[in-house]
Amino acid sequence: MSLLEIRNLSVEFDTAAGPFKALKGVDYSVDAGEVLAIVGESGSGKSVAMLSMMGLLPDTATVTADVMKFDGLDLQSMTKKQRRQVIGKDISMIFQEPMASLNPCFSVGFQIGEALKTHLGLSAKQCRSRTIELLHSVGITDAEDRLAVFPHQMSGGQCQRVMIAMAIACKPRLLIADEPTTALDVTIQKQILDLLMSLQNEYEMGLIIITHDMGVVAETADRVVVQYAGVQMEEALVLDLFENPKHAYTKALLSALPENAKGDRLPTVADFAKELSEAGVILEGAQS
Amino acid sequence: MTQKAPIMRVKDVTREYITGGGLFSKSKSLMALKGINFDLIEGETLAIVGESGCGKSTLARILTMIDAPTDGVLEIEGRQVDISKKRPDADLRSKIQIVFQNPYGSLNPRQKVGDVLEEPLIINTNMGTDERRRLAFAMLEKVGLKPEHYGRYPHMFSGGQRQRIAIARSLMLRPKLLVLDEPVSALDLSVQAQILNLLADLQDEFKLTYIFISHDLSVVRYIADRVMVMYFGEIVEFGAKDDVFDNPQHDYTKTLFAATPKSDVESIRARVEARAAAN
Repeated sequence: MSLLEIRNLSVEFDTAAGPFKALKGVDYSVDAGEVLAIVGESGSGKSVAMLSMMGLLPDTATVTADVMKFDGLDLQSMTKKQRRQVIGKDISMIFQEPMASLNPCFSVGFQIGEALKTHLGLSAKQCRSRTIELLHSVGITDAEDRLAVFPHQMSGGQCQRVMIAMAIACKPRLLIADEPTTALDVTIQKQILDLLMSLQNEYEMGLIIITHDMGVVAETADRVVVQYAGVQMEEALVLDLFENPKHAYTKALLSALPENAKGDRLPTVADFAKELSEAGVILEGAQS
Repeated sequence: MTQKAPIMRVKDVTREYITGGGLFSKSKSLMALKGINFDLIEGETLAIVGESGCGKSTLARILTMIDAPTDGVLEIEGRQVDISKKRPDADLRSKIQIVFQNPYGSLNPRQKVGDVLEEPLIINTNMGTDERRRLAFAMLEKVGLKPEHYGRYPHMFSGGQRQRIAIARSLMLRPKLLVLDEPVSALDLSVQAQILNLLADLQDEFKLTYIFISHDLSVVRYIADRVMVMYFGEIVEFGAKDDVFDNPQHDYTKTLFAATPKSDVESIRARVEARAAAN
């Protein structure tokens, strides 16, 4: 049985201009110890899918799914209180912009300790020693001195490490990383991805990486879901996807990579409009 | 190409930032640029690569005459420029323009696209209203936007379209040199491809010289003629693209290449197999 199983998930937002369907029936499943990448452009609904599963969407969103199970527990029928016991403990999430998602008013040590206190009921002293342990495990060397530091005093890469420490504080069984390296330099990106992969291996977590960067997918994923405008285009093992993409959209996306450029011009997704419409995909705001 | 005179010459440029120095604390100085030297050849694309904090954006500010260097000489078409003594005149301003990284932050939300495009003309030329309008419409078409976009506000556009507007604005004065500060790093992959194609077309049409600042090596490899790698305010590697990519000399350049994700099938196969063996 898979760790996370979602079937036919749809999300609709009420907007001033009428209902907007952000997700139109997608399926995901992740096993323990597996790395799933969800790839898509902005507006493809990749973040919305994970937020709906965590119950973090605003009230204007209507979430429907045939199945939404984590480790056999039905996430839909849970009360908010029950769900909160799972979320943050067994399922945790790393957000895109580390600088913006840490609270600027509290020290790093406090923010990591918060999760430990809430979910595991540790005492202040236990919290402190566990926080130091966590900071060490995410590669922050002078952990004792770092506890009292505020987010603005650290670099983006350091903040992201703190976010990761917070997310793995309660040894989650499923970790969701939403664009974990988009705001970072390539050298820091490499360090953060290596860190995520080694933690994933150590804790045997299920890991979902949400990204628009094909390079990140190539470096991390076991299995990949490609998404466009709220619809799942293709699901494949990572090697199959790069070697032999089945769907026209995946082909278009891969050919837009600058390293795959043949000749002077980069093909864009719009250049594949004909193949895509044959595959039943209508491009949004099509423009050359 | 090597026979041409350099369009820009940078000699021993340094830039020092003084921070702190309040009532009780001593001021600290930070050397953001430690002696930068290079010539820029007309019509080429020079890529500047480096991590955040290495001084690429400081250099861009100096080259575009937004900021004055602490020391050193900046020559544009053989003419020495020192903006700390004399503000650059309209003629000089028209030669160099810049496109910023974040298309969401670099456009005034209360200015219509038409006004965005006409502002450089109002400031730097004596052109009449009709003429400005005509040029703005022509430029919208050149960057792949439509005439009806003239009266719209920036928030009505997607990221890629906004970057087209920013590029259009930078071209209104018909510059010779365009400094592109991470122009595609905030964009999706397929939009990135469109903007890169647009930049290539515009370079041909307007005979532009580009300084392309980026930390994405796959983009640099695609677009650059020459590559300059910066590390802590210094140039650590400088050469033709193929030389730098095929045979990097400096340790930092090697680190940079090693850190770039590899998306070719062989690398993925190797990684997947290593992972399967470990479990």
